[in-house]
Amino acid sequence: MNLLTVKNLHVSVDGKIILNDVSFTIKKGETVVIMGPNGSGKSTMSNVLMGHPAYQIESGQIIFKGKNIVDLKPEERAALGIFLAWQQPREIAGLDFYPFLFDFHKSLISARGKTAPSVFNFKKKLDAEVAQLQIKDDWSKRYLNQGFSGGEKKKAEMLQLALAAPTLAVFDEIDSGLDVDALKVVGQAMARFKTKDTSAMIVTHYLRILKYIKPDKVIVMKQGKVAASGGPELAKRLEKSGFKKVL
Amino acid sequence: MRMPREALKKKNLPKKKATASSHDSLWDSYNQSEYMSGTKVGLDEKLVRFISQEKQEPEWMLQKRLASLKLYQEMPLPTWGPDLSRLDLGKITYYARATDKQSQTWDDVPADIKETFDKLGIPQAEQEVLAGVGAQYESTVIYHSLKEQFRSQGVVFEDLDVALQTHEELVKKHFMRAVPPTLHKFAALHGAVWSGGTFLYIPKGVKVDLPLQAYFRMNAKGMGQFEHTLIIVEEEAQAHYIEGCSAPRYGVDSLHAGCVEVYVAKKARFRYSSVESWSKDAYNLNTKRALVQEGAHMEWVGGNFGSNVTMLYPCSVLLGEGASADHLGVAFANHGQIQDTGAKVIHLAPKTTSNIVMKSISKDGGRAVYRGLVEISAAAEDAVSNIKCDALILDPRSASDTIPMIKINNPTAVLAHEATAGKLNDDDIFYLRSRGLSESEASAMIVNGFINPIVKELPLEYAVEMNRMVELEMENSVG
Repeated sequence: MNLLTVKNLHVSVDGKIILNDVSFTIKKGETVVIMGPNGSGKSTMSNVLMGHPAYQIESGQIIFKGKNIVDLKPEERAALGIFLAWQQPREIAGLDFYPFLFDFHKSLISARGKTAPSVFNFKKKLDAEVAQLQIKDDWSKRYLNQGFSGGEKKKAEMLQLALAAPTLAVFDEIDSGLDVDALKVVGQAMARFKTKDTSAMIVTHYLRILKYIKPDKVIVMKQGKVAASGGPELAKRLEKSGFKKVL
Repeated sequence: MRMPREALKKKNLPKKKATASSHDSLWDSYNQSEYMSGTKVGLDEKLVRFISQEKQEPEWMLQKRLASLKLYQEMPLPTWGPDLSRLDLGKITYYARATDKQSQTWDDVPADIKETFDKLGIPQAEQEVLAGVGAQYESTVIYHSLKEQFRSQGVVFEDLDVALQTHEELVKKHFMRAVPPTLHKFAALHGAVWSGGTFLYIPKGVKVDLPLQAYFRMNAKGMGQFEHTLIIVEEEAQAHYIEGCSAPRYGVDSLHAGCVEVYVAKKARFRYSSVESWSKDAYNLNTKRALVQEGAHMEWVGGNFGSNVTMLYPCSVLLGEGASADHLGVAFANHGQIQDTGAKVIHLAPKTTSNIVMKSISKDGGRAVYRGLVEISAAAEDAVSNIKCDALILDPRSASDTIPMIKINNPTAVLAHEATAGKLNDDDIFYLRSRGLSESEASAMIVNGFINPIVKELPLEYAVEMNRMVELEMENSVG
């Protein structure tokens, strides 16, 4: 069964078409990789799935869990089970990091009709994730992403992923700017997230992250369109020969 | 120990998901009561004599009141700052009596007053933690308590009306010396009709660790409030005093012209914190001043919400060598409001230092102004002053101004001024919304982050309340 169906999607920003008749599906439990050159529309696709208000849906549908979500607000999509791990997470000055995590976690859980966790249970969950991600103790005194290094920001995204517990996680160039050690921690966090009940959409330039999470399907985008799709072997061909030869 | 703020909110405050209507009902609720009987509008010598007689004041206080009244009648309205021409001084009630006697314990506090406190989310548990509570309801303090340990150290925390009887010499020596009635028209008005307020005396060398606090509330239609806070911190003593004010909304302009005087003796340290939230039609024209002696340190921490017009510039006069002052402030100007706030520091001695950090938010047509004066006199050798003002402007209809005045009469002075103005970043809001938070929750979080460097200086209960006030301000948008 399809968890996500993107059907004939046309999207514009400032009157300019940037996604042109895009269609693809992600099944429950599936990992889909989206590749493509710079400016091909793959990061746009991530933001559109999350409901970025700057993008205008001209036509087409985004069906998630059987429901067309094009008119839903970002927070409603998050409640339905979509999570976006940002390429460049925002630094929010003065926003205490851990209290923020508790606030959004509680808010999401309540929106899904479940009982919000106690501070005690939240802390237990948080401590476990913090240990897995090898996060330093001083994070409890920090503000959300403020002054974080590139690697720390991506770890912070993975911490939020674990607390958001989505059905579909969209990773927008999560592997860019990571050293080998940070890549491993992030890759393992993605692997922990991925079960038979959860799906992942990985937007990337590189195959190195796919060492930790095996793709079922590869979609190649070019100039706002789906240019090719196939199995994991397509990704290998792309890496070997480059976009120009394959497309 | 640091608890997530949400946990405290849950314990102490009304439900987080307050709707616009419940917010309104908070502001609109007031107790129709007998409190107003026997009061009149307008001001004349007869009323001033009546107030003094009612309070059985000594003759010198009556004479001070009458001299102030004369000054008030002669002085013009300030010619600078926000327009005050719509303030009808003839329609204000200048004196009202609340209850006849002071309550001895929390149980004695009238139920309707407790209910109001509950709506404001003032945690009762605070009482056990904090040293003392004084709450002003209309013009008479109704509740006061102070832990025995402080009383035995000679700390006096009293209604000023009472202190005038029990500690007359101390009051006489200091009353309206830092803020003389000649300062401006509203200081003169205050001197004529002041009523109630707090007297705090910290004896030499005594250090009070817990914050002492009072809760003020203006709660009668068209009634002014002129409470006077007189604080004396003797040599090498240390204390922290905090007060909050809030008032429900009424259709008649109401006036608040309070006065705070702080005397910080040699090598003493004192922090005065306040969180004020006035009704949308109140004129909040408050005067706060500290005289800071040799090696002493004064801190002002303030949050200003609500009101129609607020004019408030806490002032530190650095009188002795090595005296220092910190001024930290937050102002939120919402629809139809002018927050004209800032700081004033007068360096009169060598090696004096001051540090001013102000943050303002303007929204839905609100106007926030930083107005500051730093003056370094010829005698103030090697003085240092740092000024930093940040403004957050939430929409194109709102405005922010920075009006810093700097007067330097000594070439050794080192002074830095930095000002920034910005708006909410759309990507920041989308980032938080992608985590499941609503647009107004996301905006409130960003605004709370912006003011956090100042809010974190407040005791936790007040910090939580201030964050809550920001959330309420962010929830209600005008079109």
